[in-house]
Amino acid sequence: MSTLLEELAEERIRLETGHRILICGGIPCTSLGCRKVKEALEDELRRRGIEGQIPVEVVGCIGDCSLGPAMIVYPEGIVYQKLKPEDARAIVKEHLAKGRIVEKLLHRDPRTKEIIRQREQMPFYRDQSRLVLRNCGVISAHIDDYIKYRGYAALARALAEMTPEQVIEEVKTAGLRGRGGGGFPTGRKWEIIRAAAGEEKYVICNADEGDPGAFMDRNILEGDPHSVLEGMIIAGYAAGARQGYIYVRAEYPMAVRRAREAIAQAREKKLLGENIFEKGFNFDIAIRIGAGAFVCGEETALISSIHGTRGDPNPRPPFPAQKGLWGMPTLINNVETLANIPLIVLHGGARFAGLGTPGSSGTKVFALAGKVNRAGLVEVPLGTPLRKIVFDIGGGIPGDKRFKAAQTGGPSGGCLGPELLDIPMDYRSLQEAGSMVGSGGLIIMDEDTCMVDIARFYLDFTQDESCGKCTPCRIGTKRMLEILEKITAGKGEERDLETLEQLALLLKNSSLCGLGRSAPNPVLSTLHRFQDEYLAHIRERRCPAGVCPNLSRPWIMEDKCRACGICSRLCPAAAITGKKGTPYRIDPAKCIDCTKCFEECPFDAIGRGGGVYAETADR
Amino acid sequence: MAVRPAKEKELYGQLTLALEKYKGKPGVLIAALQEAQQVFGYLPRKVMIHVANELTIPLAEVYSVVSFYSLFSTVPVGVHRLEVCMGTACYVRGAEQLLKELQKKTGAEPGKVTADGLFSVATTRCVGACSAAPVIKIGEELHGGATPGQLDALLEELKKR
Ligand SMILES: Cc1cc2nc3c(=O)[nH]c(=O)nc-3n(C[C@H](O)[C@H](O)[C@H](O)COP(=O)(O)O)c2cc1C
Ligand code: FES
Repeated sequence: MSTLLEELAEERIRLETGHRILICGGIPCTSLGCRKVKEALEDELRRRGIEGQIPVEVVGCIGDCSLGPAMIVYPEGIVYQKLKPEDARAIVKEHLAKGRIVEKLLHRDPRTKEIIRQREQMPFYRDQSRLVLRNCGVISAHIDDYIKYRGYAALARALAEMTPEQVIEEVKTAGLRGRGGGGFPTGRKWEIIRAAAGEEKYVICNADEGDPGAFMDRNILEGDPHSVLEGMIIAGYAAGARQGYIYVRAEYPMAVRRAREAIAQAREKKLLGENIFEKGFNFDIAIRIGAGAFVCGEETALISSIHGTRGDPNPRPPFPAQKGLWGMPTLINNVETLANIPLIVLHGGARFAGLGTPGSSGTKVFALAGKVNRAGLVEVPLGTPLRKIVFDIGGGIPGDKRFKAAQTGGPSGGCLGPELLDIPMDYRSLQEAGSMVGSGGLIIMDEDTCMVDIARFYLDFTQDESCGKCTPCRIGTKRMLEILEKITAGKGEERDLETLEQLALLLKNSSLCGLGRSAPNPVLSTLHRFQDEYLAHIRERRCPAGVCPNLSRPWIMEDKCRACGICSRLCPAAAITGKKGTPYRIDPAKCIDCTKCFEECPFDAIGRGGGVYAETADR
Repeated sequence: MAVRPAKEKELYGQLTLALEKYKGKPGVLIAALQEAQQVFGYLPRKVMIHVANELTIPLAEVYSVVSFYSLFSTVPVGVHRLEVCMGTACYVRGAEQLLKELQKKTGAEPGKVTADGLFSVATTRCVGACSAAPVIKIGEELHGGATPGQLDALLEELKKR
């Protein structure tokens, strides 16, 4: 299917013949001032009397958020980066008027210093296979642009040439699995709902994106909402539904707005409503807005929430496919899953299945963030090694720090250590490593991240988000959190680790829904992979990463200290004393943990984490 | 913020009007409460009672929904509502320190508004701008790549608005 990527690239060259400018309107670019750049550009065009001839559009995230504010100038597809309003002048005067590319605004490869003009040549994109994200940041979210790029052609094909069963067969051939976390085969799910009895059936697009650290669904809805609508309409046709809902979290106001606009545009073009493409098929879509609850991403809880009540999950069976929204058979698919559908129907399931690994076909969008140089959305074939994502695409860890772990699958997933950098990122490999693909969150951690604290962080999250309906989850997450708090406070005991394991097992086996069943994963995976860090907290009362406040005070290594006195002069709390000839000392009662001494010591004689203060940590 | 009685009456009038479209329909409570929160900024008990009465839904049910979803606030919010994202990406990039600094600099205690009513400081769930972590949400606006060093300037700018 690499040829499919090439086809898409060629299509762009064919379609983009005139000048037009796309400015990234993703959140990072917005907070870096992309709006001012746009205004400056429009002023400049107006001054030259060519406004209106060259469209300036704000699009969804272009991708590499370290380049913001960024823009693409067609037809050449030149990317200008780190723009300021005053750069507008050069772009108009040189590029638009004379066709001369403004070199100083181009991106330079940080390593090779090579100048990079087009997006596809940037290290961040070179190794990506942007199929689901094919339109994000590359065209505008307007339906006209989408149609220009063969949008709704898949729907036309499905309605004109295929029976619902054939559509399902195509999706099964593709081997597409759910991208929302569960990884259930999508074609199989559609088939079950098609076969289910019910006078009404529904399609729900799950845009709750609860994993803190995942942002692909938001970007797809903002950057390419019509691909999701098209996927939903095709799903409705295949499953035999007439009504669809997009359940989107309220934290994403821009995604809500874009989805609303997209629905209105599709209705106007009669791609939603009655008798779509004159083929006698009716389908419409409404939006339901969540109110901030992680569990509402779970399908039965989501349905409760659409019913307007607390988002409590319910025991399955009955599965939503049998008895879902308003008691009717309901198909629930994730945003990214649905955005894959038009590609599969248009280009055939077999081509899709050619990408990825057996059992994990197609591409997956990972939300790369945390301690990594180039953060942003990364779409690669499933099975791509982690190392390639973190180092080749993400540019490695900032400040020459060491890679410590990659967290995948969010609060339901686990951490992969440096020994797993070559793991193929697919469903089976990650599961075997005690983690999961999940929704595709990928948070990179370096030596300054404490893995015990990360486990505590996730449990704090799941404990807070536990709906409280079932006892194992309600009380179990609380108990596990208490133990982790005890350990990070420097009061842990070794038998706590055993208790953690026992509780973890209990939650996994007896919780009502996936939230409780997967909540122990971050603890288990750190416990198994980073046991020495837990033990350092417990046995040595030391946090090796220097994160846990009680266990991270600076201390002076006597054998390294040359008694130069620099730390003492720098210390804002006058906590460091000493005299020439003997090692200095830090008074723990006065130390405010500002870490100045640690950073400035010319002999690296100051360590962090426990050491001589192990005894003084209150027990 | 204390609301003047005349203003309060107006707000209730506005709410009653807004609730009209939800009456007698199933599955509307969350949307109705979202609208109520837009009118009042938060959902004090009196507002919940008003919603319960208008929609003839038991107050217990209204409260059960309000207390369930993190988006609903039962405590007042400042003119500038500052929320530090506590998602994973922001957390590993120093959100906690940011939160502490912000509380210190504004003097806003958790769940309370500053004496001048200008600021409230809270945490929020991931806002989906993880590549710009750490992120502060100011009303509807997102401020990415935030550092403690920027806070003074940011707060000054907000005071001028
Ligand atoms: C606690 C919990 C949270 C979930 N959150 C989400 C979510 O935010 N988005 C999502 O698409 N699926 C989420 N899921 C998975 C859904 O229950 C469901 O499997 C999925 O939406 C099905 O779509 P898919 O087959 O296309 O992935 C969650 C599951 C659990 C147990
Ligand atoms: S973690 Fe803060 S925006 Fe996602």
